[in-house]
Amino acid sequence: MSQPVVYLDNAASTPLRPEALDAMLPLLTDGYGNPSGAHRMAREARRRIDDARDVLAAGLGCEPGEVVFTSGGTEADNLAVLGVHARHGGTVVCSAVEHPAVLEPVRHLGGRVAPVDCLGRLDLDALAELLDESVSLVSVMLANNETGVIQPLDEIAELVRRLAPGALLHTDAVQAFPWLDVTAMARPADLISIAGHKLGGPKGVGALVVRSGVTLAPQLLGGGQERGLRSGTHNAEGIVGLGAAAAATLDQLDETATRVGALRDRLADGLLAAVPDTVETGIAPGAADRSGKVPGSCHLCFAGIESEALLFLLEQEDIMASAASSCSSGAQHPSHVLEAMGYDRALAGGSLRLSLGHASTADDVEQALAAIPPGVARLRAHGS
Amino acid sequence: MRVLVAMSGGVDSSVTAALLAHQGFDVTGVTMKLWGGAQDTGCCSVADVDDARRVADQLGIDHHVFNFGDEFERFVVDPYVAAHARGATPNPCIECNRHLKFDKLLRRAGALGFDQVATGHHARLVETPAGRRVGRGADAAKDQSYVLHMLDQDQLARLRFPLGELTKAEVRDLAAELGLRTAHKPDSQDVCFISHTGGGRRRFLAERLALTPARVVNTAGARVGEVDAAELVTIGQRHGLGVSGAAEAQYAVDVDVPGATVTVGSRRELVVDASPVTALRWAGHPVEAVLVQTSAHGRVAEARVADGTVHWARPHRRVAPGQALVFYDGDLVAGSALAA
Repeated sequence: MSQPVVYLDNAASTPLRPEALDAMLPLLTDGYGNPSGAHRMAREARRRIDDARDVLAAGLGCEPGEVVFTSGGTEADNLAVLGVHARHGGTVVCSAVEHPAVLEPVRHLGGRVAPVDCLGRLDLDALAELLDESVSLVSVMLANNETGVIQPLDEIAELVRRLAPGALLHTDAVQAFPWLDVTAMARPADLISIAGHKLGGPKGVGALVVRSGVTLAPQLLGGGQERGLRSGTHNAEGIVGLGAAAAATLDQLDETATRVGALRDRLADGLLAAVPDTVETGIAPGAADRSGKVPGSCHLCFAGIESEALLFLLEQEDIMASAASSCSSGAQHPSHVLEAMGYDRALAGGSLRLSLGHASTADDVEQALAAIPPGVARLRAHGS
Repeated sequence: MRVLVAMSGGVDSSVTAALLAHQGFDVTGVTMKLWGGAQDTGCCSVADVDDARRVADQLGIDHHVFNFGDEFERFVVDPYVAAHARGATPNPCIECNRHLKFDKLLRRAGALGFDQVATGHHARLVETPAGRRVGRGADAAKDQSYVLHMLDQDQLARLRFPLGELTKAEVRDLAAELGLRTAHKPDSQDVCFISHTGGGRRRFLAERLALTPARVVNTAGARVGEVDAAELVTIGQRHGLGVSGAAEAQYAVDVDVPGATVTVGSRRELVVDASPVTALRWAGHPVEAVLVQTSAHGRVAEARVADGTVHWARPHRRVAPGQALVFYDGDLVAGSALAA
């Protein structure tokens, strides 16, 4: 667990920031009061989570009272989709590239799925076809977890306002929050999901912004915490960890985006130059830059290989990366995102997701550049 | 030496991994994800992967999962359905071995730098002056050499079957001694991708084929009954043929799916002196007199193989088209063919 690794899987999870650990430790040792209680130990815990709430509110462009803490991004997404539908009925719509935490609830409700173009951006004309007065919720992620592609939320919101005026707009900003100004970019959204462990916070905690005026049905019933919207004893240590991680992230946002964006460019350009028959997803040919993707995302498809085999070889060199998603067995799943973008199964089967994060270094990039081209060459030679 | 052990989550492959690890090999376990979803209960389900992973954890070896679902669909499931559609017998375990375990997995192992692949099959790998041969395992009741008949010299050079000298009881005892969590896990039966709790083979095929109701006739051509799915009838089948009032037991002797006709006959009409075959293959030189096995755990019968035909020493029941016949020279696999 402690040997030096080259960690390029930040889209999956991120190293815990020291600020987060420092914030959490007191609650893990003698600050163990239940924030819902009446005595001063409880009130102390309550104060700490409300401080975290303030940080989140500032970072998401909402009021503290509009922040609902959850057990993570999946619960936040489920609360948005199932909660809105349970309260308002109607039809739910989402994009074809959403995380399963949005897609599965939408499918469960018999909702509509809007296609994307070959660059992974929502096809606005196709979306328009799916919008009508029956639509109660439209969910489109701000940035994609596989490709890093950013969706044009302003244009989507405009379309929704026109064609489905009663509909609420939800955005999964889990992958966007570490990199983008979510306050500005998610302004048109009524509901916003985030997750702690994608920004240097702990796992098991996230939040859903529910703007005032938006009503939904809680999915966890019980003691009435979070204004009745999400019952259950607060994961106080997780929440303060999330708050501290969010504060650090917001504080360093521009610097991190610039620094890591440059590392990502070096990595992507280097691999495109060194490995023949490589495609970079979500970037138009001849594009001037990668501003359509979050700065940490380097997502490629290598023709003629299988992701599983490449990831195995990279792990042997202590390089941690991923491709598509892992299903509950641990096997790699074919990517629904690449399928939605029109990639054929074989090319999509050779995808590699290298996701840099706040702790990534130039050395990480150099080691990846040294290991990946020979790995791909070896697999191509073996015909596997 | 780096050995990749195929671990299904069953006791056999668990003990295989344990034996090799204890013998000092550099062992890595892998489970092939071939079929099914998160809540599936068939073989190699998520629960089975968990078992394999936890056994690997107990043994201190790495465990990986490879998704070969596409290949499994293409080489095992689709042919299984297609065989039923034309009234032939499928051999899914043989095709899985041929295309997945001993092709795809073997190639992947080579690409990843492994020297050998090991499985928990009850079979031996025997070196003879004429080359490597697959031999029967020590436990006659559990012998799996039949499903390994297709392995060639190149493949056998890179394979190990550590359980070949052990009986099933010895394998379970070892598992228990080692405290492996799969020591008492029941063996999976039948076709791994068909759930018996979910309606079995009939339901599986009905979801993929329009099953053909057929008339049942005797060998004189007279109609004697009906079945609602010709695809589900096997040569030699006696029950479930919708036949009543016959003087002696009636067996399916022919299945014609396109013609929607199942022909039944007496025991006398079920047996033949010779069975034509296709896809005849010898492990080395052709062998004159062989013992022929026509199913995974069936009894052998003496025969001679000549002119694309298996000539039975004694009258033998018909073999369904597509069924694999494996020829043994003593306890070693000498060759194979498919019933025509």
